[in-house]
Amino acid sequence: MTDATRSDSRRGGGSEIDPADVDLRVALGDKLALRNPIVTGSGTFASGQEVDRFFDVRRLGAVVVKSVTVEPRRGLPTPRMAETAAGMLNAIGLQNPGIDAWLAHDLPWLNSHRVPTIVSIAGNTTAEYRHLAERLRDAPGVVAIEANISCPNVDDRDIVFACREEATHEAITQVARVSSVPVFAKLTPDVTDISLIAGAAHEAGATGVSVINTLLGMAIDTETRRPKLAAITGGLSGPAIKPIAVRAVHQIHEAHPQLPIIGMGGVRSVEDVVELVLAGASAVAVGTATFTNPLAALEILEGLPSWLAEHGYATLRQLRGAWRR
Amino acid sequence: MSSIVSRGSSTTVQGRGEGPLRARCEVLAYRKLGGYHSLTFVAPEMAERAQPGQFVAVAVEAREATLRRPFSIYSVSQHGPWAGTVEIIFDVVGPGTRWLATRSKHHVVDLVGPLGKPFPLPAQPVSCLLVGGGYGAAPLLYLAQALAQQSLRVDMLLGAATQERIFNAIEAKRLSASAQFTTEDGSLGVEGVVTDVMPRMIEAAGTGVIYACGPMAMLAAVSAAAKELDVPCQVAVEEEMACGTGVCWTCVLPYRRKDGVVNLRACTDGPVFNGARVAWSAVGTSAMANAEDGRGRGRRGGRAEPAP
Ligand SMILES: Cc1cc2nc3c(=O)[nH]c(=O)nc-3n(C[C@H](O)[C@H](O)[C@H](O)COP(=O)(O)OP(=O)(O)OC[C@H]3O[C@@H](n4cnc5c(N)ncnc54)[C@H](O)[C@@H]3O)c2cc1C
Ligand SMILES: Cc1cc2nc3c(=O)[nH]c(=O)nc-3n(C[C@H](O)[C@H](O)[C@H](O)COP(=O)(O)O)c2cc1C
Ligand code: FES
Repeated sequence: MTDATRSDSRRGGGSEIDPADVDLRVALGDKLALRNPIVTGSGTFASGQEVDRFFDVRRLGAVVVKSVTVEPRRGLPTPRMAETAAGMLNAIGLQNPGIDAWLAHDLPWLNSHRVPTIVSIAGNTTAEYRHLAERLRDAPGVVAIEANISCPNVDDRDIVFACREEATHEAITQVARVSSVPVFAKLTPDVTDISLIAGAAHEAGATGVSVINTLLGMAIDTETRRPKLAAITGGLSGPAIKPIAVRAVHQIHEAHPQLPIIGMGGVRSVEDVVELVLAGASAVAVGTATFTNPLAALEILEGLPSWLAEHGYATLRQLRGAWRR
Repeated sequence: MSSIVSRGSSTTVQGRGEGPLRARCEVLAYRKLGGYHSLTFVAPEMAERAQPGQFVAVAVEAREATLRRPFSIYSVSQHGPWAGTVEIIFDVVGPGTRWLATRSKHHVVDLVGPLGKPFPLPAQPVSCLLVGGGYGAAPLLYLAQALAQQSLRVDMLLGAATQERIFNAIEAKRLSASAQFTTEDGSLGVEGVVTDVMPRMIEAAGTGVIYACGPMAMLAAVSAAAKELDVPCQVAVEEEMACGTGVCWTCVLPYRRKDGVVNLRACTDGPVFNGARVAWSAVGTSAMANAEDGRGRGRRGGRAEPAP
């Protein structure tokens, strides 16, 4: 990778770039421009307030908030997490205060701190996705909606929306139809061909896709013979899943070169960001790394300009999909 | 800018305002304390902000571990040649704590803290009973100092499976008007569990508030006994924590409010809670598993500490 980028940089005319001159701005379609490509993984950053104690979260490209549902959700019993090799399993059960309380309590804080906000929404039915998009119409400071469609569809035997092209199409159509801001479909990698699902989302009006959500996993305590999670199974995240994220972004970018992609999965360094961008991501979310280091997203953001300058690039965008055969 | 460089050491401290910080801290000392281990870190800014009941989240470099490990703050010193230190007490139970036990003077460890809400100090001049199980005694000894500074009466009741698992009995005696111990095998103090002794101590000391820290099953029993005797009880709980900073919702504890039971975050809404309000029967299965079948190591309930 380093060799490839180095020779690229020679082509780009030497490495006389000052990190201060590096342009980190990225566009995700025509209607969404972020000041930099670093955003947060939904569910790993709450709604920004907690991490703001460590750094000014306004510095990020955007904050993607924890998925919000129509009704408040109490979530699943504990244990809700289990550490695994280079990663973790979680089964939170989308605990959140519901859209009304979220709009009343969380959005005002984000607004008062002028944080570009991407609201993640999650539903049990297509109608719920539509309802959530309606409630978010013209909500201040909301620059995009991320429809977390890695959720079971109760109207279709609990089959996860993003596991089927038709269900993806239906849910995203409803959201895109009423939304006043760009819509991103958050996809699960637990499918046979993720580029088909991305295509269905795009056709239904999604501006882009966010990949990847966690992979379904399970861990058993050999002493007690009990599952380590109360919910038995849960989502795998962290460094362990990064190669899957790179693969998923790559497959989608190959099939749909114009489709904006917010890439994520195991990102914890500047090089991880560059790797996902090379595979085809336009922006990159930091997720589980924030648990390990509450300042992870900021440190990655601060490290990007010098990495790019050292390698002779004036922007990150020019690296999008620029992996070499 | 979000980073400030601390005085004296080469440590970088990151944080803003009065909240928690992240810092790479030099180890000042590693000690064995009875059956437990102790690490003292040079952490002046954390020492300045810390209050009893709060914890630090420690990055461990154990193989393939990605998450921090939470530990109660046992003591802080704000003075002396090191300008401020934070000490934790721990039991070796897995790869993270095993790695920690190999740290020694001059090693550098990455800490985040102080995290969580501290024990609320009494508004009235009441007599305080501190009930600890195993290493749960550590934050209580820190609390005892703060209570003593307010000239409040402190009584200590510590329980464990064996004498070896009672943390710092000497310090408990030194900091209290009276101290009692229970062990399951009778190797120290009364043979039994803390709730066997608690009612008598409350009566003798005229206890006005109980502070407890220990295995979840013990906290449930102490809370129930306190409720029966109509004494307010603050408990410091343990739940598995992925982030420790309030962003992931893995660490929740079912808690009774006017509008029903809600899942509160042990790391930011706690770890200190009103014991009478915790919905103990709904607390996660494995936290209490030890009491049930005694087989699993489980969480802190799985230690060799009493689970009445
Ligand atoms: C607020 C709080 C304060 C604590 N204070 C102390 C203390 O003062 N002294 C002490 O010895 N221990 C304390 N613990 C427990 C301590 O965090 C665990 O013993 C430690 O994380 C075990 O790590 P490990 O890698 O050695 O064990 P493993 O069992 O291999 O850890 C695997 C995973 O489970 C988690 N885990 C394991 N045991 C516990 C537990 N009892 N509670 C929460 N998470 C657990 C780990 O953090 C890790 O993510 C505290 C826990 C909490 C939540
Ligand atoms: C504790 C936890 C909670 C999560 N909650 C959500 C959620 O509510 N909505 C969602 O779309 N993704 C959720 N995710 C998935 C992340 O946003 C992200 O897609 C995934 O964790 C992969 O990135 P990472 O490896 O960097 O964490 C959650 C992940 C974790 C670890
Ligand atoms: S441990 Fe993440 S919210 Fe408490």
